[in-house]
Amino acid sequence: MSAFVGKYADELIKTARYIATPGKGILAADESTGTIGKRFSSINVENIESNRQALRELLFTYGKALPYLSGVILFEETLYQKTSDGKPFVEVLQENNVIPGIKVDKGVVELAGTDGETTTQGFDSLGARCQQYYKAGARFAKWRAVLKIGPAEPSELSIQQNAQGLARYAIICQENGLVPIVEPEILTDGAHDIQKCAAVTETVLAAVYKALNDHHVLLEGTLLKPNMVTPGSDSPKVTAEVIAEFTVTALRRTVPPAVPGIVFLSGGQSEEEATLNLNAMNKLEVLKPWTLSFSFGRALQKSTLKTWAGKKENVGKAQEVFLVRCRANSDATLGKYAGGGTGGLASESLFEKGYKY
Amino acid sequence: MSCFKTKYADELIKNAAYIGTPGKGILAADESTGTIGKRLSSINVENVEENRRALRELLFCAPGALPNLSGVILFEETLYQKTASGKPFVDVLKEGGVLPGIKVDKGTVELAGTNGETTTQGLDGLGQRCAKYYEAGARFAKWRAVLKIGATEPSELAIHENAYGLARYAVICQENGLVPIVEPEILVDGSHDIEKCAAVTERVLAACYKALNDHHAILEGTLLKPNMVTPGSDAPKVAHEVIAEYTIRALQRTVPPAVPAIVFLSGGQSEEEATLNLNAMNKLSTKKPWSLSFSFGRALQQSTLKAWAGKPENVEKARAAFLARCKANSEATLGTYKGDATLGEGASESLHVKDYKY
Repeated sequence: MSAFVGKYADELIKTARYIATPGKGILAADESTGTIGKRFSSINVENIESNRQALRELLFTYGKALPYLSGVILFEETLYQKTSDGKPFVEVLQENNVIPGIKVDKGVVELAGTDGETTTQGFDSLGARCQQYYKAGARFAKWRAVLKIGPAEPSELSIQQNAQGLARYAIICQENGLVPIVEPEILTDGAHDIQKCAAVTETVLAAVYKALNDHHVLLEGTLLKPNMVTPGSDSPKVTAEVIAEFTVTALRRTVPPAVPGIVFLSGGQSEEEATLNLNAMNKLEVLKPWTLSFSFGRALQKSTLKTWAGKKENVGKAQEVFLVRCRANSDATLGKYAGGGTGGLASESLFEKGYKY
Repeated sequence: MSCFKTKYADELIKNAAYIGTPGKGILAADESTGTIGKRLSSINVENVEENRRALRELLFCAPGALPNLSGVILFEETLYQKTASGKPFVDVLKEGGVLPGIKVDKGTVELAGTNGETTTQGLDGLGQRCAKYYEAGARFAKWRAVLKIGATEPSELAIHENAYGLARYAVICQENGLVPIVEPEILVDGSHDIEKCAAVTERVLAACYKALNDHHAILEGTLLKPNMVTPGSDAPKVAHEVIAEYTIRALQRTVPPAVPAIVFLSGGQSEEEATLNLNAMNKLSTKKPWSLSFSFGRALQQSTLKAWAGKPENVEKARAAFLARCKANSEATLGTYKGDATLGEGASESLHVKDYKY
C-alpha cells in the first residue's frame, strides 16, 4: 500500500470506525488551562485545578449522557485526573465505552511575512508523548490547524504548512497507536459569502488529503474534523439546508471514502445552530460514504457551564442540560432531530473574533 | 466553489452520470490509424479506410449490443464516418442511447532524463478542437496518460507532468461541453507484486485529484479510467477477489465520492479476465460511492476481430462474439456475471503486449 501499516493498523481502523458510530459523537473537553480560564471567568469561577476537575467530573460521570458519546478529547492535565472518589477519569470513560482522546498540539505561531496566518507547533518528542498517552489510556488524538479567509488568504504557504503539519502529526500518531483527528479549521471571521467559504474549504481539504497520501497515512484509521461551510461571521445568515448542501458538496469533492467519519467542529455557532446544521446534513439525500457527526466543545457545554456556575448544588441541573445537548446531537447524526432541545442559552452565538484556543 | 463556472455544468454532470448507469459501460473504439493497423494486420486485413469503417459498422450496428453501452470512444476519423447506407455513426449511436466520445490526445513523448517515462501531448488548440467535436455530436473525451513501474519509476516528475496534463485537458474539455475521461494508466509491465501496484496507483491517483482540484475541474462532470490493481505481467497471478479488494481499496483511498463513475481500462488482460475482475469488484461488499464499469478496447473486441477476419460473410458470427462480451461486461457491472459467456476464440488469450503503445 502507499499507506503505512504498522503494528497498530487493525486497532486504529477499529477505533476510528467506533468513534464514527451513527448516533454517537465526540465531546471536545480539551480546553487548555488558559482557554478554560476564559470560560470560567465568564461564569465567575476561579481557574484552579479543583474547579477544572469539578467541571470535567460533572461532564464525564453522568451515565445517561455517555451513551451518546463515542469519545472525549482531553487536555493533558485531565488525562491524569480522577473523580472525587479517586477513580481515574480515563477509567470512567472506558467503562462506559467512551474512548479517551488527547489534544497533542502546542498552539499556533504566526508565519512571518503573512497577514496573521499561522502554523501549529507540537512536533518535538511528539512520538514519545503519544506513547505516554497511549499507556495512559488515550486511543485518539487531536491537532488543530487554523486558516483564515481574507483578500489574499489563505495563502499557498499557509495551506501547505498546515496540510503538511497535519499529515506529519497524523503519521506520528498512527506509529504510536493513536487515531489522529485531522482538524483544518477555516475560521468564520469575515464578510465573505458561503461560496467563498466553500471554495476555500475544497482547496484546503484537497491539499490535506494530498499531504496525508504523501506521508503514507492510513486513511481508514483517521477522522476529519472540518468547519462546516457557512457564510462569514459578518455576512447574512443562510438556512441550515443551504449550509448542509454546501458542506456535503465540499466533502464529496475532497474526502476519500476510506475515511470512516467526519466530526464537525462548531466554531462560533450556538448550540442549537450547530445541531440543526448537523441534522440537515444527515437528512440530505445524497451519497455520503462517511458518517457525519460532531466534535463539539462550546456547542455542547455552553448552557451546561452557565447552569453550573461553579456551584456544587447546580451539578444535577447542569448535567440534565448537558444530556439535552448530547441527545440532540445524537439525533442530529441520524437526521432525526426535531428541534426544541433549547433554552435561550442554546441559541446564543458563541462566536469570538479571532478565537484562540 | 473551487470549481469553475460553465454553461455546460448541468449537461456535463448529467452525461457523466449517464455513462455510469449500472448495466452499461464504454466501448473504446478509438484506436488511432497506426494502432488499428496492428490489429488489422494480426487478422491479415489491409489497413485502409474502408476496412476501418467496416469494422466500426460491424460493432456499432450489432443487434442488441448498444443497450449494454453508455458510450463509445471514437478516433477523429470515425467521428465523421457513416454506415454503408449513409447514416452517420454518430447518429447510429445516439439513436441507440449511446453517447459518442472522442480521443483528443496526440500520443506520448519521452521525458528527457528519465528512464523511458513519458508525458502526453495534445493541448495545443485543444479548446477549439473540443468545440468542433461537440458540434459533430461528441459529448465526452478521452486522454491517455501513461506511467510505468520500475526501480525508480514512476518518478515524481512523471507523476506531476501526467497528473497536471490530465487536469489541464479536463478543464479545457469541460469549458467546451465534453465530459473528460481522466486516464492515468500505470502499465502492467514488470515483475512487481500487487502491493507495489497498489502503492503506485494510490500515489498517482492522489496526485491526479490534487491536480484536478488545483485546476478547478468539476468532479461531478468527470469520469476516471484507471488500471485495475494487479501483479505485474511477469509476476504470479492472483485471484479475481484479490484484484477486486486491492483495486477498490486504492480507489477508496483516493477518489472523492463526487466522481460518478469509474470505467476501468483492460490493459493486457484477456476478455474473460477483465470481465471476471470487474464482476468481482461489483460483488464486493464495501463502500463504493461511484459506479464501477468498463471502458474496454481489446477486451471487448479481440474475439470479434478474430471471428470477422475482414470477411463480410463473417459479420454475423463476429457480431455474436461482440454481443457476448458486451452482455458479459454489462452483467459484470451488476456483479451478476456467471462466467458462462460463450467463449469466442481468443477470449481467454492474454492481450498483453510489452510496453504497449497505442
